[in-house]
Amino acid sequence: MAVIHDVMPAFELLQPNSTDEAQSILARYGSDAWVLAGGLDSFDWLKDRIRKPRVVVDLSGVDELRGIRVNSDAVEIGAMTTLTEVAQHPVFREKYGVLAEAASMVASPQIRNQGTIGGNVSQDTRCWYYRAGWPCYRAGGNICYADTPEGRNREHAILGADRCVAVNPSDTAPALIVLDAKFVIRSQKGERVVDAEDYFIDPNIDITRLHVLQPGELLAAVRIPSTWAGARFYFEKIRDRNVWDFPLLNVASAMFVSNDRIDHTRIAVNAAAARPLRLKNVETAIRGMPPDAATGAMAGKLAVQGAVPLQFNAYKIPLMRNLVKRAIGGVEEATWT
Amino acid sequence: MPDAKNSSAAPAAQVFGAGRKLIGKDYQTPDLYAKVTGRAKYAEDYHAPGMLFCKLLLSPVPHGRVKHLDVREALAMPGVKAILMPDDLPPPADTLTDNGTVIKANPKGERALTMEPVYQGEPVLALAAVDELTAADAIEKIQIEFEPLPFVLDPLETLRPDGPNARLDGNFWVKPPAAGKQTPAPHLGELKWTEADFATAKDGQLPMGKTPDQWSYGDLDSGFSRAALVLDETFVTPDTSHQTLETRTAMAYWQNGKVYMHTGTQSTAQTVPAIARWLNIDPSKVVLISEYTGGGFGSKVTAGVSLIIPALLAKKTGTPVMMRISREEETFIGRARPSLMGRMKVGFASDGRILALDMFVLSNNGPYDAQGDAGTSGRIVSLLYQPEAMRWRGATILTNTPPRSAQSSPGGLQGITIIEPIIAKAARQLGLDQVAIRRINCPEGKAPFSGPVDGTRPHATSSFLKQALDRGAEQFRWKERVVRTPKRIGSKVRGVGVSLSCFVGGTIGFDGLLVIRPNGRVTFQSGIGNLGTESVIDVHRAGAEVLGVSWDKCDVVWGNTENNLPFTCVSGGSQTTHAMTRAAHATAMDARKKLQEIASKTLGGTPEEYEVADERVYRKGDGRGITFAEAAQRAIQLGGIYDGHECSPELHKLTKASVAALAGQGLVAAAKDTYPRDGFTFSYVASFAEVEVDVETGQYSLVDFLAYADVGSVIHPRALGGQVLGRSVLGMGHALGQKWVYDPHYGAMLSTRFYQNKPPTILDVPVNMQWGALDIPDPETPVGARGIGEPPVGGGCASILNALSDALGDEIFRRAPVNADTILTSFEAGRPMQHPLMAYI
Repeated sequence: MAVIHDVMPAFELLQPNSTDEAQSILARYGSDAWVLAGGLDSFDWLKDRIRKPRVVVDLSGVDELRGIRVNSDAVEIGAMTTLTEVAQHPVFREKYGVLAEAASMVASPQIRNQGTIGGNVSQDTRCWYYRAGWPCYRAGGNICYADTPEGRNREHAILGADRCVAVNPSDTAPALIVLDAKFVIRSQKGERVVDAEDYFIDPNIDITRLHVLQPGELLAAVRIPSTWAGARFYFEKIRDRNVWDFPLLNVASAMFVSNDRIDHTRIAVNAAAARPLRLKNVETAIRGMPPDAATGAMAGKLAVQGAVPLQFNAYKIPLMRNLVKRAIGGVEEATWT
Repeated sequence: MPDAKNSSAAPAAQVFGAGRKLIGKDYQTPDLYAKVTGRAKYAEDYHAPGMLFCKLLLSPVPHGRVKHLDVREALAMPGVKAILMPDDLPPPADTLTDNGTVIKANPKGERALTMEPVYQGEPVLALAAVDELTAADAIEKIQIEFEPLPFVLDPLETLRPDGPNARLDGNFWVKPPAAGKQTPAPHLGELKWTEADFATAKDGQLPMGKTPDQWSYGDLDSGFSRAALVLDETFVTPDTSHQTLETRTAMAYWQNGKVYMHTGTQSTAQTVPAIARWLNIDPSKVVLISEYTGGGFGSKVTAGVSLIIPALLAKKTGTPVMMRISREEETFIGRARPSLMGRMKVGFASDGRILALDMFVLSNNGPYDAQGDAGTSGRIVSLLYQPEAMRWRGATILTNTPPRSAQSSPGGLQGITIIEPIIAKAARQLGLDQVAIRRINCPEGKAPFSGPVDGTRPHATSSFLKQALDRGAEQFRWKERVVRTPKRIGSKVRGVGVSLSCFVGGTIGFDGLLVIRPNGRVTFQSGIGNLGTESVIDVHRAGAEVLGVSWDKCDVVWGNTENNLPFTCVSGGSQTTHAMTRAAHATAMDARKKLQEIASKTLGGTPEEYEVADERVYRKGDGRGITFAEAAQRAIQLGGIYDGHECSPELHKLTKASVAALAGQGLVAAAKDTYPRDGFTFSYVASFAEVEVDVETGQYSLVDFLAYADVGSVIHPRALGGQVLGRSVLGMGHALGQKWVYDPHYGAMLSTRFYQNKPPTILDVPVNMQWGALDIPDPETPVGARGIGEPPVGGGCASILNALSDALGDEIFRRAPVNADTILTSFEAGRPMQHPLMAYI
């Protein structure tokens, strides 16, 4: 059968107005349904005819999935809230700057106006073999094309690879992990809440998915507890272009410091592995140490222990080492006269 | 939003076009509102009643032969109307040139469809249906299998003794010598190097085996022996798609035996013969409608051969057919710049003067027609740096990758990008200022270039690049920037770079055509494509200036070949502003002469006693005269040469046909540019860049940029600024990240989407980029103007590379683009870690 791209196949478009309605549709159609949020990930799959769902469930009309609700002990972000709204909301800018900054660095202004927080954390990998429809492990086959002697893998994993070397491309995911966010998942069976870091999965759990959502389930909201409000934050994203680019690597950290000593901290990186990595060994190692360049340098070295480069991505090891260093010790701002 | 006013503004002090009313002045082009309001209609915006849509079946393999094909299920689908196979295409037609030479068609050249695809993504067949969804569903129902054939992506791999060839008959084109009035078609040959050729190249240096082409002048050995410094460096430039925002979408229908074609093209008048040749029909049977084109950059010089697909399907079905080309399809069939692998041995005197230059280039040509990039790279380098002695050797090698074509500064960008880092390195080693070393090698006046032709080296019409370099350095505050300290704060390092840049800037010998109408208005017939440069309108200001007519009394007709257009240059090679201001000038002079003659016939006296100005022709002294309106009415009464019933025998047949069609509508003026020219026309740019690099992440940003142009007389400052900076950005993409990535095992492109092949965005360039222009007229053209589209491109790329090596040292990169991976690994290791010769990483 010949292959053709760039023409969306026919599907049934269902546009529920409520979460209940959405859930009943998802329960009815199970794995035949495709959940559509902002569409930035979905439309690529659909236009290339690599995914041909029978039903597309467009959540844009479900108002209860939108908006930022500030409570006394948490902030809840509806999964359909746009990245622009997250980046610009005062509560994030003032108390959870790491998330505002991460959201503001996603892709381009146009994409942030359309893309949602739920979509950003639930998007699929951008491995160019997998996205082009190659029958790899992740697509149900038995080869990883990126991890071959001639495979092109500049943007692939240095950690945690298991058959597949694709990476998670989300910018907001590591920020949500350091904020200890809770992901609220709903289905007709009820609601379950998972920690941000447990939302994402390795290939050895399920090589075909990056997250825990099962057919029939919906990511409804992301809750940010007040635990890390006002902490010392750091976020940095390295990319080839200043706009409209996925991360080569990103880093997020949150830290409470007293008497110039790190009380407690959380640190996470993404685009290094198939899931955003919380660096617990680093967090433990630096507790009680001063948040300076020396601690950062030590932490950076610790962070990349066990990293295995592929042919074209060895740069990610010094990059991750340096980003972790900066996430702890900061980076000197250069002002030129 | 970046400050658009700043980003294209000339320095406030610059006033162009001294003593002139229209030339050198800003104005609003008549297509502006349509473009900014969306009213402008591009090919895809046209719809015809009952129009069908077609989709393409693209080859999944880099080289193969269709061994099994079953389309029955597809054709049986409701709504599917027709299928077009390679056998349905007309045979390739020969070209008959205007001087009577027959250029034989290449039987192995590119066609719109093929049963033996030679690159992944090449169209095999097309199918028309009532809508695109039906067409796509039907394509998926086609059973097709390919017999795999040998393929190669990398020019060096095919040059190995046992390397595969891209084509079954060879890996390069052999051009037989012309035989009388006939230019034979090229044939395929096989070029292989020896193991010894490869073995002698060490540490990533480009091997140098035998090449089919070479030239030289001067005494290389003497130059090298006298040199205070000799550098021998390898550098590789990227393959880059043209990335026009409008893809090569085309819509066609047939009416009264003529094909009506809507598509984007760089060159309206000249696309008609191309369509006629591809369809093997007479040019009089072709009507092209192309009022707006969403970018060309060399990929649509005369549109693209794929446009015959909807034309043939429209003929087959008796129904209009639209072929919308998607972004991925455009990446495959939409043309690209060939990568050049270059090696240069350069001998410098202690003052920086280049005494000897030995240049060697390999061009990655794709599978079809040989592009001129390799040869042009040598010519441009010889002109721009004026080496005392030089040898150029080159080979253009076929690979199973998408077809290449000229892309803004074809060969110029690559040559400049290969030599500039070497000059920067030499300056550092010799302790010279970067501007000074370029100044001492800079072309001046009627500078020679290339190897000898019939014993003599050709020369440029003029070059004032030294002044542009000086003015640019002053405006960029070069001297202040190079001594500024510190260079490094924390992990951030700053660097500044300068580059020379040039490209061809003009041809001669084309026609102009205008009508002074009985209502007193002047209509300029423009055969130029509306490709975004504004030359389609701008050049006619030169005619209006000669006639002394105010611009609001002028109209420009463009974009539809039924509207009687003159024989016009193609808009490629930055020739339009030069060629067509000359034609506009000649035509206005013809109009002027006719006005004077009509006045003398009407009011007495000799024609020489009459002046033309303010939309009148009047007697010097007493001011008695007639208006343009009256002169146009008289022209119609007089007939003959005055109203277009007769015309100059010098005109091209296309212009003659247009004159005949306009005859009787007013005073018809038409002329061929026969002005003399001594030398070949080039334009020049001095480019300056400053970068800030974070050595802990390898990420860098371009913080400042200036381009100062020597383009002869400035015609339209705002459009010129748009070209100088816009085309600089096109060049910057080659430094900042634009590239192709291929899986070499499968011969498949991985970077088919914008986010993967990474053209530069508006946020990758500084908000306040600056430009300037000398505004010194070229002495070899009556209006003084030269072309500008391509000359800035090489400098956009090379100035960034030079700024990077100023910041980081010489041991970081040996290929472009340069990104975080290159910088980080090399800076850590203290030597270039990225292999320069590995293709498509």
